[in-house]
Parts: sequence; C-alpha cells; structure tokens
Amino acid sequence: MSRLAVMIAGTVLLAGCAAPRPLYTWGSYEELIYTTYEAPGKLGPQDEVNTLEKDYQQARATNTRMPPGWHAHLGYLYYELGQPAQARQELQTEKAEFPESQVFVDRLLTNLKKP
Amino acid sequence: MNARSSIAAALGVAGLLLLGGCATTHPYDYTNFRAHPPRSILILPPLNESTSVEGTYGYLSTVSRPVAELGYYVYPVEVVDRFFKENGMPTAGEMHQAPLNRVREITGADAVLLVTLEKYGSQYHVINSTTVVKVHAKLVDTRTQTLLWEGHGEAEQASSGSGSLLVELVAAAVAQAINSKTDPAHSVSRLANSNLFLAKDAGLPYGPYSPKFNREP
Repeated sequence: MSRLAVMIAGTVLLAGCAAPRPLYTWGSYEELIYTTYEAPGKLGPQDEVNTLEKDYQQARATNTRMPPGWHAHLGYLYYELGQPAQARQELQTEKAEFPESQVFVDRLLTNLKKP
Repeated sequence: MNARSSIAAALGVAGLLLLGGCATTHPYDYTNFRAHPPRSILILPPLNESTSVEGTYGYLSTVSRPVAELGYYVYPVEVVDRFFKENGMPTAGEMHQAPLNRVREITGADAVLLVTLEKYGSQYHVINSTTVVKVHAKLVDTRTQTLLWEGHGEAEQASSGSGSLLVELVAAAVAQAINSKTDPAHSVSRLANSNLFLAKDAGLPYGPYSPKFNREP
C-alpha cells in the first residue's frame, strides 16, 4: 500500500518535472542560418540542402513536424540551386502545413516563374 | 499606545508597503494583445546597438525557435531578410522603418517582432571573460500599428574559476581561443530569449499552434 503511494507520488513528480514536448523538430535549421551569415562561403546551398534533407528524414522516422518557415527555407535553397521543381514543391508544402504563409509563399512562387 | 508610537508604526507600515511596491514587478497589461491576437509573426533582423557587428545575425539565428515553440507561425528569417534586401532595404534599420501596411501586403503577417540588440558580446579580463546579451523586443500589429506586447531580456555568462592562477591562465587562453571562434554570445542569446519570452506574468502569451493556447491564467 505505502509502496504504491510512493510510486504514485514519484510518477506525479516525474510528470510535473518533465520538460514540455517541443512542437517541432528543429535539427540544424538555426545553426545553418548562423553559419551562412557568420562564415559566408563555408557552406554552399547544396551542403545546406543535404543537411536539411537529412533532418527531414529523421523527423519522418519519429513522426514529428518541421518548424514553420522550414519548407520555405528549403524551397529557397532549391531555387538558388536552379531546381525550380523542388523549390515549388517545398513552397507548396509550406503553404499546406501552415496556411498563414500563403501571401508570402505565393509571392515567392511568382518570383520563381520569372526567367 | 500613544500618538507618537502609532505614527511611527503607521510610517513603518507605509515604508514596508512602498518597499513591497517597488520590489514586485507589475504583470504585463495584455489588453491590446487580447484585442488583436496574432497568428503569424514576422521577425526582422534586430537593430544592432551593441559594439559587435556579428550580433545582428548571431542573434537572428536564435529567435525563430522560441517564438514558434510558443505556438506562432514564424516566417523563415533568412528568406525574409534576403527578400527585403532584394527589395531595396539592405539594413535592419531600413527594414524596421518599412510601412507596416506594406509589410502586411507583402507577407500577410499579423504582427512584426522588432528587436533591438542593446548588448551582445564578451569582455575579456586577465583570467576570465563575461558574455552579455541584452535585448528589447516590440510586437506590433501590422493592421492597426498597435503595440501588442513588449519585453526585455538579458543573460550573462561568466567563465568560472578553479582557484589556481596558472591553471586559470592556461584555461582562459584556451577558452578565449575556442570561444572567439564559436562566438559565446550566440548561445547566451538563447538564454536572453528565454528571459524575454518566458518572463513570468510578462512574457509572450501562447499562440494558436500551442496546446496551451488560451489555457493560461
């Protein structure tokens, strides 16, 4: 009986102390932004894309979401690499995941059509 | 109790009340925020008033995460920065001056987060160093230009001592050499952001993507 009480108390304590589950898988997203500004040229868009795609595979394996802006950022990198089909696909994903992005993403999609 | 001692007692109580009044910070008044609760937040590069040039982007690369984890749609900060630069606004100062109705038209953002970086960087002493990041942030509604929320955040990190001067000097030299490459203020920014956004009774409220949205006291 008393052992049960201790176990329950322990569980309650653990639950109370547990850090809240993050909403998103951040991976290297912010660190990549940091590196591109602080050490320009150290990473090319292709290196960034490879890292982000790796993060995405991990998120899919754990069934978690990428943060807001992430797919648009990846789309922008594909655009820089001259891969408009992939760029468009990522931008459409951003819009589908986060409808708030529509106005800005539509503007980027329009720029994509320009030669 | 005579008159004099009761006056003294009253003054004493008043003094305590005054002290108490000064010591407690007032909870933030969220009236404006509640009137225009945003879903989407556009974060611009901070105005850098610190002495470190690298502060602008060192800080910008730490601020998406806390705001998005609170439950808001956060625009991709690097894409936004490049977009503004390509459209005739090469500096954070110019971006902060952009007319809000125009920002809303271009991005669809409900609110803009305007951060001023007041301090960013390390001071090196003989055997240790102190790294400080201090920010002031304003969240402004793009439709009405109302100030929805503002806050301050500061964090400081000092390299610790071990007692032996020789060990200290060697360790400090090594730490400074390593840290000057990795920019310690970058990680201290994350602590400053916690103090800014998660301040008790004064932080940024949870947004619509958070399970705690509208469920706080």
